[in-house]
This record gives sequence, structure tokens and C-alpha cells, in this order.
Amino acid sequence: MDPQTLATIERLGYVLAGALFVVGLHRMNHPATARSGNQVSAVGMTIAVLVTALAIATGTLGSSVGLVGLVILAGVIIGGGLGLWLARSVQMTAMPQLVSLFNAVGGGAAALVAIDDFVKLSRAGQVPVDTTIFVGLGVVIGSITFSGSLIASGKLQGVVPSRPLVIPGGRFITILAGLIVLGGFAFLVGQAWQAAGASSWTYLALASIVVAALVFGVTMVLPIGGADMPVVISLLNSFTGTAAAMAGFVIDNQGLIIAGALVGAAGGILTRLMAQAMNRSLANIVLGGFGTGDVGGAAEAGMEGTVRQIGPDDAAVMLAYARSVIIVPGYGLAVAQAQHQVHELAELLESRGVDVKYAIHPVAGRMPGHMNVLLAEANVPYPQLYEMERINPEFPRTDVALVVGANDVTNPAARSNPKSPIYGMPILDVDAAQNVIVIKRSMRPGYAGIDNELYTNPKTGMLFGDAKDALASLIAAVKAV
Amino acid sequence: MSEVLLTSLTVFVLAVLVGFEVISKVPATLHTPLMSGANAIHGIVLIGAMAIVATADNPLSLVLSFVAVVFAAMNVVGGYLVTDRMLQMFRQRRAPAAPGEPASVPGGSAAEAEGAGPAQG
Repeated sequence: MDPQTLATIERLGYVLAGALFVVGLHRMNHPATARSGNQVSAVGMTIAVLVTALAIATGTLGSSVGLVGLVILAGVIIGGGLGLWLARSVQMTAMPQLVSLFNAVGGGAAALVAIDDFVKLSRAGQVPVDTTIFVGLGVVIGSITFSGSLIASGKLQGVVPSRPLVIPGGRFITILAGLIVLGGFAFLVGQAWQAAGASSWTYLALASIVVAALVFGVTMVLPIGGADMPVVISLLNSFTGTAAAMAGFVIDNQGLIIAGALVGAAGGILTRLMAQAMNRSLANIVLGGFGTGDVGGAAEAGMEGTVRQIGPDDAAVMLAYARSVIIVPGYGLAVAQAQHQVHELAELLESRGVDVKYAIHPVAGRMPGHMNVLLAEANVPYPQLYEMERINPEFPRTDVALVVGANDVTNPAARSNPKSPIYGMPILDVDAAQNVIVIKRSMRPGYAGIDNELYTNPKTGMLFGDAKDALASLIAAVKAV
Repeated sequence: MSEVLLTSLTVFVLAVLVGFEVISKVPATLHTPLMSGANAIHGIVLIGAMAIVATADNPLSLVLSFVAVVFAAMNVVGGYLVTDRMLQMFRQRRAPAAPGEPASVPGGSAAEAEGAGPAQG
């Protein structure tokens, strides 16, 4: 085949792949078609990789095919193998941090592509201004995503403390890093403008940009609390797409441009949707509003009223003789990986004739939709899962609401107290139930840092303990009733 | 700006607009899988990594591009698989309480085959 035909095949392959990505993403908007959507998108990816491999193998892009093939094959096997192993072996509770890790390496790859190509172009002669701008953007965005996503992943994994970390002078370091990035960027563009040719200063500027952008990513994510990580990961996800598109401009590859732009934009919309579901603004999250303690006066008052503590036996009696129970699973359940215990308890109660339902807040778990995945993993039947709008009218008719590791999404202050930082956030009306049992590790407030008046409600009994252990003792107690 | 770059810019802008439109009213349940699916798509940077391996002309460049291929391949393979794992659960729980789901798959196809037999005969 002549090179012309091959180039045409490659381009047509990218168009097809791009179309499949669009169709795939669109199908992922609805639960029924989501899985096939992901598969359609995977087919698009396979096509894009195959036509690229074909183009490389037939030498349109280079000469020493043997070595090139070996390096690519080795890289794909190692990287793909790692990805395969991680994706297969990860616990479903640890899945958000894995997505963040994949996002990190994707951003890193985009940055590397831009860096490498810029060095090659510089050695070959003068790099045009427009290419320099795309290289700069690709390197900066890719590097920020790489370090930022690693920190986000570490926070969710617990390697990095998930509370908002305020390092002394952190703001200053962030600003300094930002300035270095801008300065280096301006230098490179200026040099290209004057057609001055590459000097050792060029590479120094490039290296400074990379290092400063990496630092920026770290100091940007560190002060953000663990509960906000999903939105941050989604934002960084959108960044990686943009970085990939920039890399596409640099190496003139339309496959990269289409897919990168698509993910950049779709990821941006998704980030906004996620922030909306959590009733937060994006600026608020990134600049660190509450969660960093900036919102003074929210947590100062302390608890009024008394908290009634109950033991597993009391709780078991209440549950076992109830007609209807609604279980409210939350972040604490996800952290303790107690989804199987919850299911076991629910089955036990059902075998005694209790009507059991699950109330799923839109942002329950560590990410929107995460709780549904966790409960599905524990084989909780789908019809028992109720979304907030459907379950809220049921609470007044319910004998016992069992709250497992959920806090802010049950806080009545969101309805009643206009001064509360979470005022206006849609919540589950747990306090409307006849009785409330809350399983919680301690009286520590949730991530919003505010007290929950549900706990001092006379209807509420607090069962202190780790979600998994408390549920286990509850199961044993119900069996003994 | 070169002709090539202008064409690329056109493609970029249109793709961004499509990206904005393609995500519509997603139920919160699907936010996480959708993010993960989009995450897999930007693994497309793999083809960029492959391209820079092909043009590598010194050891350092070869090493850099090799690392890029490893990173990107991990993003692609891991991204798609973990998304599929999540979405698989959505489908599983739609089939109401099929005990022992590995057995239910061949069982289902056998039932289909039986159903097809009489229809043909």
C-alpha cells in the first residue's frame, strides 16, 4: 500500500473512533445502555490504536520498525497488564482512588508526549509560536493532573491525610509555582516569537515549568477535604482530556484532538453536575470553602441537649419488632466496607417479616452513585434501593430508620437553619421516622464540620462503633431476640 | 497559522461542543461510571505515545516515550475494565434475584436455544 492510502486509512480510523466515543458516551447517560456504551467506546479505542500501529508498522512515521515495535509492545504489555491487574483486583470500595490513579497516569502520558515532541522539534530547528503554546498548555495541564490526581488518590486511600491539609505558606507556594509556570511559558513563547532558536535556557525553562506545575498540582489538592475529592477527580479528569487534545495539536494527530476535546468538555459538564448534586459550587471546592475551616462560626456552638446512647441489644429489639425499617447507608459504611453486613442484617430482618428499604442519598458513599455500586456488590436487590425523592414521603410511616455512617445528608439543619453552611442541600428526612438508630464511630461532626441536631433528638438512639463491628453485634443480637 | 493547524482547531472546537452536548441529564447513580468511562477515553493519549516512540532518535527520548506508553496503556486498559466492572453490577441487579449468577448465564442461553428450536420446527 502506498503511504497516501495508509494516511487516509489512519485518518478515517480516527474519524470512526471519534464517532464511536461520542455514541458510547451518549449511551452512558442511561443505566440500561451504559454498559454497552462503554463497550462501544472501547471498540473505538481499539480501532484508533490499531490504525496507529498500522501506520507505524508500515513506516509512515519512522524507520527502525523493529526497535519501535518492541518498545511499544513492551510498554503496552506492562502498562496494560498493570491496568488489568489493578482493575480486576481492586475492592469496589477502593474504586474511586483507582480511577484517580488511572487519571494521573493519563495526564502524565500527555505531558510526556508534549515534552518529548518539543525537545525533538527544538533540536530540529525553530519551533513555531503556535506549537510552543500547545506544548506549554499540554505540559502544564498534564503535569498538574499527574501530581494532583496522585494526591487525590492518596487522600482517598488514606496514604495522604484526607482532612484538608493546610501547610504553612501553602497559598504562597501555590502562587509562586503558578508564577514560575507563567514566566517559563512566556519565555518559551517569546523565544519562539523572536525565532531565537533553542538554547540551554529553553530546556531550563521547560524543566522549570514541569516542576512548578507538579508542585502546583500538589498544593492545589492538599487543602481540599476528602469528601470533595470526587468533584476534584472529575475536574482533573476533564484536565487530562484537554491535555491529550493539546498533545494532539503538537504531534498533529486528529484522533487525539477529537477524543481529548470530547473528554475535556464532557468531563467539565459532569464536574458541574456532580458539584450541583452535592450542592457545592466548583469555586467553593477548589478554593477550599468549608472543609478548610474558613467558614467561621459554623461549628462554634457545640451540642445542646443530651445524646441518648443505646446498646446493640436495645437496638436489636427495636429492629426485630418493627414493621418497617429504612436503612440509610453513608460514607462511614463505605469506609468500613460494611455493605455485606448491612445486607445480612436486612435479610435477617426480612426473614422475621420486617419490611426493609434502603434510602440512597444522591451523594451517599465516596462518590455520587458509589453507594448503589457497593450495595449491588453485596447483592442487595435493586427494588429495595430507593432514591431520595421516592423514600422521603415514607419516613413518617416508618418504625425505625437505621442510619449507618451517614451524617450531613440526614442533618435537619439543611431544612430549618438558614445560617447553616449546608442549608438548602436536599436531605433524607430521617427525623420524620418514629424511631431513629444511628450507628456512628463518635460524636465527631461530618465533613461540613457542623453538629447534627438529629443526634440530640429524643427519638434517636446512638449506637457507637465502627459500622462493620456495630452491625456484626447487631446481627448477633437480632438472632438472639 | 498553518492550514493544518486551522483544520485541527476547527475539529477541536466542534469536538468540545459535542462534548458539552453529549452529557445531558445524567442520574447521580451514573456519575461515577460516566466519569470513569470518560477517564478511559482520554487514554487515547496512547496513540500519541506510540507516535513519539516511532520518532525517537536518542535513548532519553526512547525512555520518555516508553514511560508514556506504559502510563497510557494502563489508563486505557484499567479505565475500560474498571468501568465495565461497575456497570456490570448495574445490570446484574436489574435481573431480580437470580441466585448463583454464574450458573444463570449458561442457563439463560440454553433456555434461549430451546425457545428457538420449536420456533424453527
